[in-house]
Amino acid sequence: MIRVTRKLEFSAAHFYHNPNFSAEENRRVFGKCNNPHGHGHNYVLEVTVAGEPDPATGMVLDLKELKELLQREVADRMDHRHLNYEVPELAGKIPTCENIAAVIWRLLEPKITQGRLDRVRVYESADLFADCTAEPNGAGGRK
Amino acid sequence: MSAALKISLTRRYQFAASHRLYSPAFSEAENKRLYGKCGNPYGHGHNYVVEVTISGPVDAETGMVANLGELDPFMVREVIEPFDQRYLNEEVAEFQRCVPTTENICREVYRRLRSFPAAQLERIRIEETSNNSFEFSGEMEASRGSDA
Repeated sequence: MIRVTRKLEFSAAHFYHNPNFSAEENRRVFGKCNNPHGHGHNYVLEVTVAGEPDPATGMVLDLKELKELLQREVADRMDHRHLNYEVPELAGKIPTCENIAAVIWRLLEPKITQGRLDRVRVYESADLFADCTAEPNGAGGRK
Repeated sequence: MSAALKISLTRRYQFAASHRLYSPAFSEAENKRLYGKCGNPYGHGHNYVVEVTISGPVDAETGMVANLGELDPFMVREVIEPFDQRYLNEEVAEFQRCVPTTENICREVYRRLRSFPAAQLERIRIEETSNNSFEFSGEMEASRGSDA
């Protein structure tokens, strides 16, 4: 099996706020990320697709198609957007890199027809990233 | 379709420390052959980069596997404070018992972070230099058993 990874950068604004928490609790849990004016990141997305190379083409999948898929599903939705207000898939969720990775997985997974989605990695900064993968054997629940 | 997803979070930290690769179990000649310039008796140093990977359910209220407001101070207390700007061979008790190779530093950092209460520790990955990196995911813990 071969894993192929394609990278995409996008820039977006967000802040962390849970309406179920008091103002004090929001500040305590989320710290400066709670600033209601928001702040931004240059996110780096790495999408990994796994599969066997087609013997005729030598490719697991057509990277141009993957590039276009990432542009359509991720960049067009999230690039230069405010994640709290402008991305319906994140509505009602705190836009952490954990949640962004899971949302991107769910957007891409059904649309990848050559190979299968192996991992979605979202870097919020060089020092922090979240990985989303399929739970082995489909075990374990998801909140 | 709603497959079960696994989410992990990785945070990078840095510390600078000196070490010397030398084992009293070997002769001087064997040490020289095995460790080469890394055995220089005065020691040498690295800017270590430590990647800590944790996993677990994403809390619906916070959107997080674990709050960095908890992970960062835990890491600082357990690893950064005791390791940063230190001579590992002399100043970290574990490395008076074993050679502070980055393999062993991975194991020691893993051992110190295993008790992080808010999430499951998945992996420690350490870059000794930008050319050399090492990973430990706890695989040998069971067979090491009682010496931990």
